[in-house]
Amino acid sequence: MAISRRTIVLGVAGLLLALVPPIAALTNQPFYVDLFRRMMIFAIAAVSLDLILGYGGMVSFGHAAYLGIGAYAVGIPAFHGIDNGFLQWGLAIVASALTALVIGAISLRTSGVYFIMITLAFAQMLYYLGISLETYGGDNGMRLAARSKFGGPIDLHQPMVFYYVVLAILVLFLVLGGRLVESRFGMVIRAAKSNEPRARAIGFSPFRYKLTAFVIAGSAGGLAGALLANQTEYLTPEFMHWTRSGEIMFMVILGGMGTLFGPVIGAIVLLLLEDVLSALTAHWQIVLGPILVLVVLFAKHGLVGLLRVTPRDG
Amino acid sequence: MAETLLTVRGLSKRFGGLLASDQVDLDVVRGETHAIIGPNGAGKTTLLGQLAGDLRPDAGAIRFAGRDVTRFDAPLRSRLGLARSFQITSIFRDFSALDNVALAVQAHRGGNFRFWRSARDERALREPARVVLESVGLGARAGVLAAHLAHGEQRQLEIAMALATEPRLLLLDEPVAGMGLDESQQMVRFLGALKRRITIVLVEHDMDAVFSLADRISVMVYGRIIATGTPPEVRSNAEVRRAYLGEDATP
Repeated sequence: MAISRRTIVLGVAGLLLALVPPIAALTNQPFYVDLFRRMMIFAIAAVSLDLILGYGGMVSFGHAAYLGIGAYAVGIPAFHGIDNGFLQWGLAIVASALTALVIGAISLRTSGVYFIMITLAFAQMLYYLGISLETYGGDNGMRLAARSKFGGPIDLHQPMVFYYVVLAILVLFLVLGGRLVESRFGMVIRAAKSNEPRARAIGFSPFRYKLTAFVIAGSAGGLAGALLANQTEYLTPEFMHWTRSGEIMFMVILGGMGTLFGPVIGAIVLLLLEDVLSALTAHWQIVLGPILVLVVLFAKHGLVGLLRVTPRDG
Repeated sequence: MAETLLTVRGLSKRFGGLLASDQVDLDVVRGETHAIIGPNGAGKTTLLGQLAGDLRPDAGAIRFAGRDVTRFDAPLRSRLGLARSFQITSIFRDFSALDNVALAVQAHRGGNFRFWRSARDERALREPARVVLESVGLGARAGVLAAHLAHGEQRQLEIAMALATEPRLLLLDEPVAGMGLDESQQMVRFLGALKRRITIVLVEHDMDAVFSLADRISVMVYGRIIATGTPPEVRSNAEVRRAYLGEDATP
């Protein structure tokens, strides 16, 4: 069986990311392990958003809500002394899947600007809910007592171990996502994005497929949130703020909507730019803004579109 | 007379002050090609939209293949065997021609909650799609992005998608609209061969196409069907000549 180009790219990208910790150790820059782990966590969130945004045409402006739910699914049990990682991460996935089911079931009945506004409104609702949780720090948030525990050699307090756990989840998610978008299910949501009246006319009822995709994306976002809480060892309602949703969306657009690796590149580049620019000047956002505008204007299919040599058909 | 496949009774649809469908009665017999003609704004596309399930009628009933489908939405009617083409070409532009038809096959096979296997590797979807694509003369264009096909080819592709759903009734909304003479004649020849296998409701302005394809014609004016009959009957109907064809028309 021929090895697809996607598999090769995934292999090379995975290998490069796997080399970050040894290189950081050799050059005595442990900070980069932390930075790249953070990039990969946001990459998971961005890829999950792209499943519905780029492939399904659902412009969800509330994807940070799942980051927050995932983070609180780790933080609240930890606060009460429950630090089992399987339990916490499982809760993160289930809770965000259920939330996505409710949000999706309501907002997918609308489209266009209304869909954007309703998903945004739901996320802001959860943001204010987070602020109202006085027990868990209210708008100040709270420290995570300890990182999730899995037992055995998987000790997330070891920066390298945590790094490779995140990398493994990202690679697994990219493999699953790659299968999903090419599967029958994936073809339905892509067809509905391409031309919904036509999809209906040939016999697809897109709603249930879109809702399923919405739930899958939400649960992956929740897992990213669980990772993020472990990464920062701190959680606050800010995880769910609409600017965070915008940031994730920007990673997708910057890297390339409707591609699997685009959002990964988008997450890496955006966080790298933030890191480099904020070291140069306190007003780094003034520099970042125009760069992003230029990318959107001149790279229609994102950074991945610049790399792609041949068009997709054939 | 043969069995009636589609029965429409008292269908009415109002858009504000405009009565787009006014107590429409229509019978489509299995095997016939039934053309609906009429001046612009007569309500032909509105009628077709109600038959396909995209528009809800305000009153009246639609029976298809023995079932009352009045309350069924478009996807459900499609799965029951009611396929349509649109007046303005409607295809999946960012997919290949073969993908377009394979999607139509897939929509009717069920089993769409499959997440692992690549749909493009499924022979059960690709082979039937290839056969239909060959039958409309697009076999050599299978791998081309639908957006890159010529206009006439896109119209053919749209009909291929409808055929891939193995319909019992095909609703065609101006299939030769916007086509050059050659393309248009080719399409009429294709539909002429197709009409022997399938029941067709055809909305069309091109009278050459209508009179060469239709077994029966219904004439619509101001939302009402004023006459139904064979082409010679309609041609000689005084009311039709007055209302639609014009005094000096010689179709």
